Amino acid sequence: MAKTPVTFTLNGQSKSAFADPGQNLLDFLRRGVGDLTPKFGCGQGTCGACTVTIDGETRLSCLVLAETVYGREVGTAAGLADGAALDPLQTVFMEHFAAQCGYCTPGMLVSARALLDRNPRPSREEVIEAISGNLCRCTGYEPIITAILAVAEGRARA
Amino acid sequence: MAIHKGRGFAAINYPIGMNLGGDPSQALVHSNPDGKFTVALSAIDLGQGMKSVTRQIAAETLGVPVEDVYVDTADSDTGPHDMGSFASRGTHRMGNAVIRASEEARQVMLEAAAEELEVDAGDLVTDGKGNIHVKGAPSRSITTMAAAQAAQFRQGRTIAGRGIFLIPLSAVDPETGEMSPVTTFAHAAMLVTVEVDDETGEVAVTDMQSAYEVGRALNPKLVEQQLRGGAWMGMSHAAWETTEPYYPARDHLPEDFNSYLMPGPGDLAPHHISILERPAEDGPYGGKGPGEMCANPVLPAVVNAVYDAVGVRIDELPVTPEKVLRGIRANGGARPRQAL
Repeated sequence: MAKTPVTFTLNGQSKSAFADPGQNLLDFLRRGVGDLTPKFGCGQGTCGACTVTIDGETRLSCLVLAETVYGREVGTAAGLADGAALDPLQTVFMEHFAAQCGYCTPGMLVSARALLDRNPRPSREEVIEAISGNLCRCTGYEPIITAILAVAEGRARA
Repeated sequence: MAIHKGRGFAAINYPIGMNLGGDPSQALVHSNPDGKFTVALSAIDLGQGMKSVTRQIAAETLGVPVEDVYVDTADSDTGPHDMGSFASRGTHRMGNAVIRASEEARQVMLEAAAEELEVDAGDLVTDGKGNIHVKGAPSRSITTMAAAQAAQFRQGRTIAGRGIFLIPLSAVDPETGEMSPVTTFAHAAMLVTVEVDDETGEVAVTDMQSAYEVGRALNPKLVEQQLRGGAWMGMSHAAWETTEPYYPARDHLPEDFNSYLMPGPGDLAPHHISILERPAEDGPYGGKGPGEMCANPVLPAVVNAVYDAVGVRIDELPVTPEKVLRGIRANGGARPRQAL
């Protein structure tokens, strides 16, 4: 079967690559485009490690057909930092020790950034809701919740 | 139909490391020509912070800034031998090996500096900021970089050190069974509060209060992080996780994250942690290791809390709603201990 050319926007930059028939967006981003920040955890939409945004909405990239992002805006953790300037979320994740092994971290950051973009002052419950699709094995979640709330409350170094 | 509140307590002693083959760890330390140091280890850091802690230990022992130490755990084929990252042994075993290797490397560094300064190495001290100077005479000084370069390019010395930590294997006395399998114990106590629904059998952990005795907390933030995450995992093992729900029957085995259950961020209980420091005699700068001990006290504490709440003694983990309901039925109803 023929490959499908897919032109889309990744973290603000136009990209074009060929998608295999039936290829999911996670595999397409990692192998076709070379963005390794979305992680393969379960491959069936239950762990959240592959979380990306499509037109600003969080999506599990393992469950999205690659060719469906044609003409759309995809966001990953690779787009959070502006050169050497980290996103405030990345800074507070470090300050609050919100990562241990780090495998869930890119998906956590994408979910948290999407939350703050639509709701800059979320409650603790809203933060929990926003990351409840992202599994973390190491931290016990509390440092992650604390870090996100620190940005939301403007206590982070911007 | 009611929610029953219960409290449960547990205390544990947790052995650091193991007895197998003396449980050795090795470390190699060497300086680069720029006066920075590389520590080679074969045990790996899976996020628990071993690289950070061994880096601190090496810097402290060498007397150099922590920024000047790099810990390389890249390859167990080419690195020095290690038993591995498990049994809460990392800080204690690798830390001790790193101290010994760093002491040997520091001695060569001081000898190289002494030759340049034309003084006795025994009179030299480090300031921890990258300088070596004569004790009591800070102006008689050389940087660690200059000392390393002199060693490398003029004196023909390698500023390097080897370290191993080995506790001789303790044999079992055939008559009494007596042995000394470990040299260091860490300790923990945990108090949990649960709410048990006697209609659904669900157990919710609503509060955790703990005290962990970890020797010296070499990196307090990393210790707290391990305790917090580890206690969460303990709660998960107590009430949620299992690979064999009907062991020894192999029915209903979980196959994915939809059937292998873990508490999510919405299921957290507030956890109040106290860290007690009683430096261990044979620990690196007194450190033991939080490690697996983070999770262990939560399990018996939850089981005891369920007993306190509804009078059901669960003896197989995890404490599932099914087991709680069967227990309540066998007892002819919930029997809160506080009502007895």
